[in-house]
This record gives sequence, structure tokens and C-alpha cells, in this order.
Amino acid sequence: MATIEVRGLTKQFGDGPPAVDHIDLASEDGEFLVLLGPSGCGKTTLLRMIGGLETPTEGDVLIGGRVVTHLPPRARKIAMVFQSYALYPHMSVYDNIAFPLKAQRLPKEEQRKKVAWAASILGIEQFLNRKPRQLSGGQRQRVALARALVREPNVFLLDEPLSNLDAQRRASARDELQQFQRSIGTTTIYVTHDQVEAMGMGDRIAVIDRGRIRQIGTPKEIYDDPADTFVATFLGTPPMNLVERDGLIFGFRPEHFTPANGSHSDDVVRFQFVVHREEYLGSERLLYGEIGSAKAVARFPATTDVELRIGQPVEYVVARRHLKFFNPRTGERTRD
Amino acid sequence: MTAIAEQQRVWQREERRAGWRRAGKRGLLYTVATLFALFAAIPFAWMVFTIFKQNTDLYNGKNNPFLYNDPPTLDNIRLLFNQTNYTTFVVNTIFVAALVVVITLIAAVPAAYALTRLTGRWGESLGIAIFLVYLVPPTLLFIPMTRIVAELGLKNSRWSMVVVYPTFTIPFCTWLLMGFFKSIPWDIEEQAMIDGYSRLGAIVRAVIPVSLPGILTVIAFSVAMTMHEFVYALAFVTSSSEKTVSIGVTTELIRGDVFFWQSLMAAAAIVAIPVALIYTLFLDRFIQGFTLGAVKG
Repeated sequence: MATIEVRGLTKQFGDGPPAVDHIDLASEDGEFLVLLGPSGCGKTTLLRMIGGLETPTEGDVLIGGRVVTHLPPRARKIAMVFQSYALYPHMSVYDNIAFPLKAQRLPKEEQRKKVAWAASILGIEQFLNRKPRQLSGGQRQRVALARALVREPNVFLLDEPLSNLDAQRRASARDELQQFQRSIGTTTIYVTHDQVEAMGMGDRIAVIDRGRIRQIGTPKEIYDDPADTFVATFLGTPPMNLVERDGLIFGFRPEHFTPANGSHSDDVVRFQFVVHREEYLGSERLLYGEIGSAKAVARFPATTDVELRIGQPVEYVVARRHLKFFNPRTGERTRD
Repeated sequence: MTAIAEQQRVWQREERRAGWRRAGKRGLLYTVATLFALFAAIPFAWMVFTIFKQNTDLYNGKNNPFLYNDPPTLDNIRLLFNQTNYTTFVVNTIFVAALVVVITLIAAVPAAYALTRLTGRWGESLGIAIFLVYLVPPTLLFIPMTRIVAELGLKNSRWSMVVVYPTFTIPFCTWLLMGFFKSIPWDIEEQAMIDGYSRLGAIVRAVIPVSLPGILTVIAFSVAMTMHEFVYALAFVTSSSEKTVSIGVTTELIRGDVFFWQSLMAAAAIVAIPVALIYTLFLDRFIQGFTLGAVKG
């Protein structure tokens, strides 16, 4: 068990802007920390530097309070699961799982015990003699996790481990993975570009864009209290509405955007909303339209009846406590 | 009722048709395969039939080459083994081939790995440049090479071939292995490094086993090159005890304008058939689907 910390970590490839730009980040012990960001934002590079597969241009990586920046991956006592699972195709499942133990030169008998233990946790005992190519995507993922688990690492590093699964399998894998992490209690860093995975699994989420951490917090903090317009629009489907007014950007979630229905409350801000299109999604309805020239979306549970007048401005309101304000120049949050 | 019966009849008819189509496809496949097998096998068959023919049978143009008009004979094989150093040629060939394979692997595997993994964009161009070296013909190079061989004191020795052959096997095999290494995902190697090995350990334990088909191809290619190389061998080696099969039999079984066809055929068949069998046995087994299922689905 250990914490992970990075200090001023920077990675520069060639002449361009740095892939990772002076990131400071510290995990808590046993935490499930998600690095979330669009592709190319530097989250995988950050993970690879923690794992030792990439040498930082600047800054330090600490595992369990010890500086490991210049140690090779094998000395860091970490386990990593790649997006591709990176199973050794020429080895059976058993040999794949036993591989890190062989590297430690553990006695054969002990290897067998540990492999059996890891295989039972992940429910893959019956596949031990198969080759990776004979397994389904979900089974391969479990083999990769068993291989990571078997060496009892200080830290798990997971790089988009669910992205090769189909949508249905992904939901159950999310659940399995989270339960697995809770039961073994090992500090885990999980990289993803999928906000549903991040929100559903993370104890905390670090939102990364262009090599910098934009915000770090619990899923609720990130969603309810975004630090800037990037975070506000990156999370949530559909994302937060952003409307410029009085020299500020007003931000509000589509679910807080409702018809005024003639109310005269002072606690609300009013917008003239022109609906262009309705999307019926079964459990909810989305109304796409514009406020002035800014695009906006309203979202309703399918159970509520909303009168629809396509193409005509209708008065909509947002409660003041649900409004966030951003600086139009920097995109950062201004405290109201 | 009748409608259902009608429908069933239509289905049956369609099924029959699909069956015929399947059979047709199968038939075509087998025809092509048979033709190809004949194409590959006939030279061998001709060779084997010729070995046991008497001169009077072979040189009569009206005789069917695939039938014995005169009784078959072993005289030609006796001639090959008793009047030439054929056994020595075979031993020399194996000796040279084995050493060339070892040298080629020692040089080409690390070179190809480095060019694919470490040098980025330059790797590709350097690989092609190395491959171009292979295209310079031996007929041009044997003159300077003779000088080098003489300087090394290897003239008229089978060691001269051990030294010279890698000059064309290494460039080609490096280029060939680059293709194989490129198809191996980095992930496997990095995973091995995470799992507790150094880069070298990761290469030995994860990269090499997965690229086994490529390494086997390199071995096969180097052996084949050694067996059929002619120009260098002819230029560097004159004494019978140092010759390989390819020059040994052609220099000693073609005397002036007299071709000992049956013995030549025997000399070729004795080395070619085992090699052909080994290739089919091994390559087939290793190449198929070796890297499948390594990553993704």
C-alpha cells in the first residue's frame, strides 16, 4: 500500500508545447484516482511517467514517499494494465499470470499458489491452460488484472482498460473493477477519456487538458462546481450551457433549465430560449436550441409534460443557486 | 397447408442451390490446389526419375521421362559418392550454413530491433538503405572481396564463405526482421519491463519468442542463400575438400561438355528434398496465427 505523488512533473516531446506541464498531484492511500481528459491531453504520458516507461523532462515522482524518478519500471513495484491488455501471446494464461513471479525468481510451488489465488479472485481458473487468443475481450481483461494483482503491487496503473469492451460488457466490467479495487484496497490510478467511467468509479477525478490539471475533486465537486469552462463542458452529456451576458459567462446544467410558466420569482435568471429540435431518449427528453446566438440544451425527465413551440422564443429560467459564472477571457470561475 | 408445403419446397430448392454453390467453390479450390501441387512437384519427380536412369534411356528423346524403358540403376549414385567428394560438400555446406545463420542472427536481430524501436523516423530510411546493400550483385563485389579474403588469409578455405556470406544475409535479414518487430506491439515489451525485467530481459522473454516466425524465416533464408550461392564460392574456393554442394557438384560433374545429369540430379535431390520437408513442417506450424490475440480483439 502506498501513496503516489508527482511534483512539477513535465514532459516535453520535441519542440511543441509540453505533453505534461508542471503537474502536481498526490493520491491518498488506497484511493481510486481517475485521470480524465480528451485524447492527447497528456494523461497517458503522465501515467507512463509514474510507471517509469517515460523519463520526465522535469519534476519528480514519489511512490510511498520515496523519490523513484530515476528508477526503472521494474524497481517501482507497480502493476500496469494497458489498454490492449498486452498479454504475452505465446504463453498460456497461467504463464502470463506467473510471468512477474518468474521475474522475482519465486519458488515454483509459491508461484502456483499465488496464480491460483489471483485466478480465483478474478474467476478465471477454468482458462488457465488457454492461450490469450482463445479468450474474449472481457476474459483477457481479467487475465491482465490477475497478472497485475499477483505481484501484490504498491500501486495499480490502469490505462483505459475498458475501452476495448463493447458497451454492454463495459457497464458490468466497471462494476467488477471497482469492487475489485475496493476489496484489495490498493492505490489505483485510472486513465480514461470516458466521463461515465470517471464519475462512476473514481473517489476523486483529476481533469486534465493540454498537459495541465484543470480541476481535482470528487465526482460531485467536479460536476456541481466546475473550476472553469473546460471542466464545465467536458463533463455531463449534454454539457453545461454557457451563455454570455453582462460581461460574464453564465453557466448552468441542462437539467436546471426550465420553462418560466409565468412565475415571477426573484430567485431566478430569465432567458429567451428558442427550441430547434427535440430528442426523445426514453427516460428523458432533450430540447436543443439557442439563447441569443449561444447554443443551449434543456433536459427533462420523460414524465414531465413540456409544451413545445419549435422556432419561437419561450421564457426559460434558472434558479440563481444553480448558476455558475465564468470569466469570458480566461474561462475561469469568478466567485459570484 | 398447401402454402406451407409450397414454402417448404422453395426452401429446399434454395438449400440445394446453396449446396451446389458450396460444392462448386470447393471444387474450384481443389482444382487450383491440385494444379499448384503438380506445378511444384513435377520438377522433383522428374529429378528423382532421372537419378535411376541409364544413359541409353535418358538420352533417347523418344522415351517418356517418367517411365523406365531400361531397368533402373544405382550406378549414378555410386558415381556421385565414390568419384566426387559429395559427402564433404554436404558437410561443408552445413558447416558454412550453420555459422552464417549464427552470425546473421547475432547481427541482424539487435540491428533490426534498434532500427524499429529506438531511432524513430530515421529507422525506416536506414533500414531501406541497409536493404539496398543487399541489391549490389556479387558479380560486382567478388573482385574487392577476393582481395579482402586474401588479406585475411582465407583463400581457398570454407571460412572465406563464412566471412563473406553475411555481407548479403545480414542486410536482407535485418530488413526482414524490421517488418516482424514492427508488428509486435510495444505494450508487450513495456509490460515485461513493468513485470520486473530490464529492457534486455524484456526483449529476450517477450519480443524474441513472439517474433519466432521471423527468426525462423531468417534461418531458412540464410540456409537457402548459403546452399545456392555460386559466384563467391566459385571465386574463393578451388580445392575439392573445401567446396560446398552448389559449386562442388557443378564443377566436378560437368567435365568439359559432358554433363553427368543423373548424378547431378541425385546431388540436388539429396539436399533439396530434406530441406523442402523441413521448411514445410516448421514454417507452416510457426507462422500461422502466432501473434494473433496478442492485443485487442
